[in-house]
Parts: sequence; C-alpha cells; structure tokens
Amino acid sequence: MIGITGYGGYVPRLRLSRRAVVQANAWYAPHLSGKSKGTRAMASWDEDSITMAVAAARDCLGPGDDRTHVRSVYLASSTLPFSERMNAVVASEALTLDETIAAFDMGGSQRAALAAVDQAVASVKAGQGDALVLAADTRKTRAASSQELDYGDGAAAITIGSKHVLAEYLGTGTVSADFVDHFRKTGEDIDYHWEERWVRDEGIAKLAPQAIQAALKQAGVQAAQIDHFIFPSSFAMMDAQLAKRCGIRAEALVNALLDTVGDTGVPHALLLLAHVLERASAGQHILVAQFGSGAQALVFRVTDAIKSFSPAKGVSQWLAAGVEESNYTKFLSFKDQLRMERGMRGEQDKKTALTTAWRHRSALLGLVAGKCSVTGSVHFPPSRLSYDQGKPLQDTQRPYKLAERQATVLSWSAEYLSFHMAPPHHYGQVDFEGGGRILMDFTDIDVGEVHSGTVVEMTFRIKDVDERRGYTRYFWKATPVRSTTASTPPTAKE
Amino acid sequence: MATGIKDKVAILGMGCSKFGERWDASPEDLMVEAYTEAMTDAGITAEQLGAAWFSTHMEDVGVGRGGTPMSIALRLPNIGVTRVENFCAGGSEAIRAAVYAVAAGACDIALALGMEKLKDTGYGGLPVATVGTYIPQWYPNTVAPANFAQLASAYQKKHGIDAALLKRAISHVSVKSHANGSKNPKAHLQRPITEAQCLKAPTIAEPLGLFDCCGVSDGAAAVIVTTPEIAYGLGKRDLVSFKALQVSVSNGWEMQSNEWDGSYVHTARIAAKRAYAEAGITKPREQISMTEVHDCFSITELVTMEDLGLSAEGEAVRDVLDGVFDADGQVPCQIDGGLKCFGHPIGASGIRMLYEMYLQLQGRAGARQLANPTIGLTHNLGGQPSQNVCSVSIVGHLGA
Repeated sequence: MIGITGYGGYVPRLRLSRRAVVQANAWYAPHLSGKSKGTRAMASWDEDSITMAVAAARDCLGPGDDRTHVRSVYLASSTLPFSERMNAVVASEALTLDETIAAFDMGGSQRAALAAVDQAVASVKAGQGDALVLAADTRKTRAASSQELDYGDGAAAITIGSKHVLAEYLGTGTVSADFVDHFRKTGEDIDYHWEERWVRDEGIAKLAPQAIQAALKQAGVQAAQIDHFIFPSSFAMMDAQLAKRCGIRAEALVNALLDTVGDTGVPHALLLLAHVLERASAGQHILVAQFGSGAQALVFRVTDAIKSFSPAKGVSQWLAAGVEESNYTKFLSFKDQLRMERGMRGEQDKKTALTTAWRHRSALLGLVAGKCSVTGSVHFPPSRLSYDQGKPLQDTQRPYKLAERQATVLSWSAEYLSFHMAPPHHYGQVDFEGGGRILMDFTDIDVGEVHSGTVVEMTFRIKDVDERRGYTRYFWKATPVRSTTASTPPTAKE
Repeated sequence: MATGIKDKVAILGMGCSKFGERWDASPEDLMVEAYTEAMTDAGITAEQLGAAWFSTHMEDVGVGRGGTPMSIALRLPNIGVTRVENFCAGGSEAIRAAVYAVAAGACDIALALGMEKLKDTGYGGLPVATVGTYIPQWYPNTVAPANFAQLASAYQKKHGIDAALLKRAISHVSVKSHANGSKNPKAHLQRPITEAQCLKAPTIAEPLGLFDCCGVSDGAAAVIVTTPEIAYGLGKRDLVSFKALQVSVSNGWEMQSNEWDGSYVHTARIAAKRAYAEAGITKPREQISMTEVHDCFSITELVTMEDLGLSAEGEAVRDVLDGVFDADGQVPCQIDGGLKCFGHPIGASGIRMLYEMYLQLQGRAGARQLANPTIGLTHNLGGQPSQNVCSVSIVGHLGA
C-alpha cells in the first residue's frame, strides 16, 4: 500500500485584517468594501516560501532527529525565492536530510503541489523510499486589488511512503491545457488575471470535472462515496458548484479557510488536506483537486492507522495561534511594496561569503552544534577546540542538532537603534535543553512578551537580504512557546 | 618568575583633547591637540621619544589602518609606531605596550596615543562594525546598547530585583556622572540632569533609555611614559607610577557554555583579581581612592562595581543609591564625567581614564579635585558582556 504517511502545515502568525486593508484603500477602491470580512494570513518579513516550507516539513516530520527515511524532497511553489540555487535543497539542509536524497523544485501552476504528490507516489512505487512533498507560497499582489484580500500565505507538507500509511493513494486524474486564467512572466512579481466569469464557466467548470472524473475512475470510487472534497478557489461557491456538477455530496465540501487564511496558492490543497486528515476517520474517501494550466485530482482512502499519527502542531494549532494585524503599511512593508525609511544603518552591505556559507552550512542551515564526546558540552558554532575551562579538548565534537530542542532565554533586550524590519529588534542569549547557548535573533514576538526565563523554540527564517546582489541568507531564530500550543511538542531525545 | 609592573614605570606627561562633536577638527588635529599638551607637560622634544603606540578602533571612518596616520600627523622622527586595536579597550593596550617597552629597557621614553573620529559618519551612535564573513551569517546585527542592556535582564533575574528599582539605580549612575561632567571643561556633555529626566527619556534598548548611554565623541588622549629614574633626571617630582596593568580576554566560555549567568563580566573579575595581586591591594573598597570605569552604559557601571569588588555581589544597587560612588562618596567613580559625559572616542578612552587619575593624583583636577587621592583604578572594557577584552589598571603615587 502506498499513500500518505505523515502530514503537517504552517500558517504564519500574523493575520491581516481585511477591514484594515479595505479602509486604507477606500479612497481609491470603494468597490472592495464587500471584502471586509475576516483576515488573511500574512508572512512576516523574514519568511518566504523556503522558510514556510521548512516550518510545514517540521510539523510533518516531528521532532525526531532521525529523518533518514526521507529519500526525496519536492518543493512546489509559484514563489520560490531562487531561480538558480535549488530551493528544495535549502529546505533539505535546514531539515538535516541526508545529502544523498533526490531533490526537486516544482512550480509553474497552482496544481504544482498535486503534480509533486503524483511524482512522489511514482518514486515510492519505484522503490526509491519515502518522499517528502512540500508546498509553500507567499504571493505578491497589487495594492487595492481583489487578490490582495483573497490571497494568504502558508505552507503544507506530506510524506508519501509504503509503511504506516494513513491515507492510501487510490488514483489520479490530470488535464494539461493552456487555459490562461492568470499568468506571471518569469522575473515579474504579480499575477495578471483574466475575467472571472470566463475562468469559472469555461475554465474551472469544464476542466476540473474531467480531472476529477478521471481520478475517481482510476481509484474505482464513486463520486457519492467522497467524504471530503477539497477544491481551493477564491471564487464564491466554486467548490460547491463543482461538487454538484461531479455528483459529490454537499456535506463533503471542506472549508477552504478563506475567511481566516485566504487562498495560499500552490500549497492550499495540501494545507486543507493536512487539516482534514486531523479529523478524518478510517474508511473515508478524500478527493483533492486543484486548478491551473488544466487541473489535477487525487483520491485517497483513510486507513485504520490514521489515529496513530499527529503532526507536531497541526493546522488547527497554527490556525489558533493567529494574531490579528491591523497595520496595512506593515503588510506592504513586509511584502517589500512600501519602502520605509531605514536610516543610515540600513545601508549596511549584506554580501554573503559563499565559501564561508558552504564550509559552515550544517551549522548555518541545519543548526547543528558540536557536542564534545568526552565532556558532553555543546558548542555553537562547532569548533575544533572545546571551551571547557582550563582543559580544552581537541577534535572531540560530534554533530548535535539543536533545531528541535526548546531553549530558555538567559538575557535579552529590544532595541530601536539598528535598522530592523519589525522594530524593536529583539535578541538575546538562549540556553538549550541538554546544553548549548546561542545569542540569537527573536522573531514573531510582541513587545513585553519576553523576559529572562521565557521558553522559546527554534524557527528557520531569513537572516538577511542582500538587495544589491539578490541573495537571501537564512538562519534560525527563537520564538516564544505560547500557550495556544497547549500540547507542547516533545523535544528531541538525547 | 614575573615580578609585575609595580613602580617600574612612571608618567612623564599627559594630554587630552576636548572631547565632543568636534566638527572643527580632523583626526590629525585631535592627535596634535593631545600630543602637544602631553609633550609640553613632559617637557621633552620628539627626538627623545623611543617608540610609539597608536590606538584607534574604526579605521573605516577614522584614518585608516596602520601606524603611518599618527607618524605623519605628528611628524614623528621615524620611530616605530604600532597601531593597536582591541575594541574599546585599545587605549589601555597602547598604554600597556608603551609601559612594557620602557620596563623592558627597549626604550627610555615611549608614547601612547589614542584617537577616534566618530562624528564623520553622518549619524548618531557608533558606526556599524564589520565582523568577518561567518558571524554575520548567524549572529544578530547587534548594537552596543542591546548587548549591554542584557546585563540588566540577567542581573534583575539573578538578584530578584524589581525592574523599577534597578532603573532608579542606573539612573542615579547617570545623574552622578552628569554632575561630575558639569565640572569638567573638556567633557563632551557638561549639563547636569535629574533622575526624572532619566526615567522619562526615550528607550534605546530595553531597559536603557537615552541617558543610560554614553556620548559618542571625537577626541584624543596621550601619555608619555619613562622610568622613575629618567623622570627624576628630567626634573620631575611627585611621580605617578603604574601599579598594575592587567588584561583578560574572553575565550568563548561565556558565549557558548551554559555556565555564565549573564549578570556580570567574567573577564573583569579575572583582570581585577590579577591587578589587585600585582598592586598588592587586598581591600579594594578601603584602599582605592577613586575609579574611572567603562561606563558605556549605566548598567555596565553598576555591575562593574561588583566585578571590581567595590560592592558585594547583589549590593551594587544599594551602594549606588546610597551614594558610595558619588563625588563625595567613599570611592568616587567617573569624577571626570566618565564615558557617559567626558565622552567615548573609542581608541582614546583608556588613556582618557588614566589622564583623570594622573590629574587627580597630582592635584591638578580643578573644580573636581578630590581630597588627597593616593590610588586610582581604571577599568576599560571592549566588546560586550558575553565576549570581551577587559583591562584593569592601577596607578598611584610612586612608592605608595
């Protein structure tokens, strides 16, 4: 049996109030007043499709240090930060996956994530081991556009394998057709859209059913047997229309989270799938479909093993952890669409020495420290000589992963002096459970929230952006473990 | 077996420029200002100098690298000029090099000069420093106020001190330094302030406000050293000599191990202990007449009182509020205004601290002169609490 063996999601903490957007733009676009309801997920300035994919992958893979079962990684997105530098490999390094795995970037269409699942199934069928499918998007939109309100940022992850299958893969259906409902030229930031009525009636309503029917046929499942129907679309009632047209029961419609998260793009079908799997029961059928350059549909049947798995946090907890953001200018600034005054300190050159980055990639991307095999003391960054006072030992440190361990704030400050995208700039020293100390940036933090003793967890984020050369460097930051994450994920074992 | 530096080297002369926003002066002008005063005070000519050390930190906004900028600015007679750089403790390092050269007999008379030109950057605060190619890839883009502010969070937690009380104590530190600075015509900031002003000032780095941070200044300071015998031979009397020169440098233990609690400066305690041993001091609070410590931020001065053994651990808040370190207290601190008000031209600060000790010991400190000081201590810290260079020096009357 081949199918889904793990799932996870990620929704950034900030939820932009649509009312705030509509009100800010009311002088210009009063026609948007009907879209004032709810929020949309909004990535922080230090998040992109790579960092969000890593967050979703960690949610799926859990805190265990051993990830050697993953033999391939697919990263699907229409907003990959790099055209050259494989984005999936950056994610793979952050997840400390084995260097001998296969890695693929996929994009080009809203259905890229489902296409990636198809490929992952094929590789598992071919005996190549478990596959990790990641999808993430943080799309830019024009200010005062419908998309600005409809879209959201987010990520999802699933593993495909043949052991402990939670949802069996039953079949797929694909239509590849150059139906251009929207497009974006390489190098451009923002999608260009054609008329909505044509997209609905000639595009989705005609092409998606073909893919859905093909998938059902291959799966040997009747439309009426579908218990969860996932079809993300920001068009009102589109999924209901489609369900009706295909003979899928209205009760099977899955809430697309448009009121809170918005349409996250490529990851959205998998994000909803990860959400559904949290509550699905054995024997249920799931149909997940997505539209774009044609359409793709996949059918799964939930197995008895479903209860044996739970993601580290899960989509439900990410949803609950949201904080409403009503500063529209913050959104524009974080999306790099509003240039705030940075002062002279913002002029600092962020050129990255790629030689150095390669030499230290395990520490920088994987947050791998060095643990002395004699004394057990943990060093970050790892070094040839240990710090042990008075008796430094040489070449005794072994790789020791810190990313999944919680830490406690020893000292901190929040300052308004340096240039920072989200002032005040918080940082401080954190002590890891089991040893290790790093003076590091804090992120997703509110003023007054941190004190000496605050328990934090690690999150993979953008460290700096080199605007002159177009390079992004990544590192880990500390973020408070909050009460919304009631069932605190266990940290990795020694 | 090392015998230490005590009374082997004496000060022949010193000079210090006016510190502040010296829009009028180039780096070269600042050097000439301090050098001229020092040479006049010493009563010697350039040909009598055997070697020189030049302390400057920020070559990118100052005069560039190397010893040539000072040799050219001062038209030195082709003697060796070595640039030293050890963060904010560079001035003390220049002194140490000059003193050691004289003590070793390598030269008879040596010059140490520190200079920093910080106000050619276009903005307030310290310029952004470069830190190699690896550190920027993981370490936060920190600024000094937030690095030192972290002392406050850890100190508060360790000693269970109420945030408002700690804020009041560090405000007292700044009020005291402004009061002292108001009597110093060379100080950058000469206006007294009130505790209420401190408490109301805008936050720079939680919990430090504007008045918790020292001035960012242009300036230069110079010292000329020689042996007591040569000084006597040149007609000098009432000599001020070095009793101890100690430097301790972090090795990563504070930053990496989980043992340091973040509430004090580890190297300061080591350097102080070694300096007291070298100078033969056993009861610092009774034996030391006055201190110039590295009060880059008010919280730094407060914890330094404990690091130097002038306050018992956890007692600095009470001692500060009781006025122990005020101008009329038991151990006056920053009688010249300190980094806080005299100013902080980085490479010059260690020498500026010595300048005040020298003036006080010679009874030449004008309106701020203390009554009969005998031993002075300077504490010069470079870097940040978790990773730094710390110098502790002790000077006094020769034979005291």
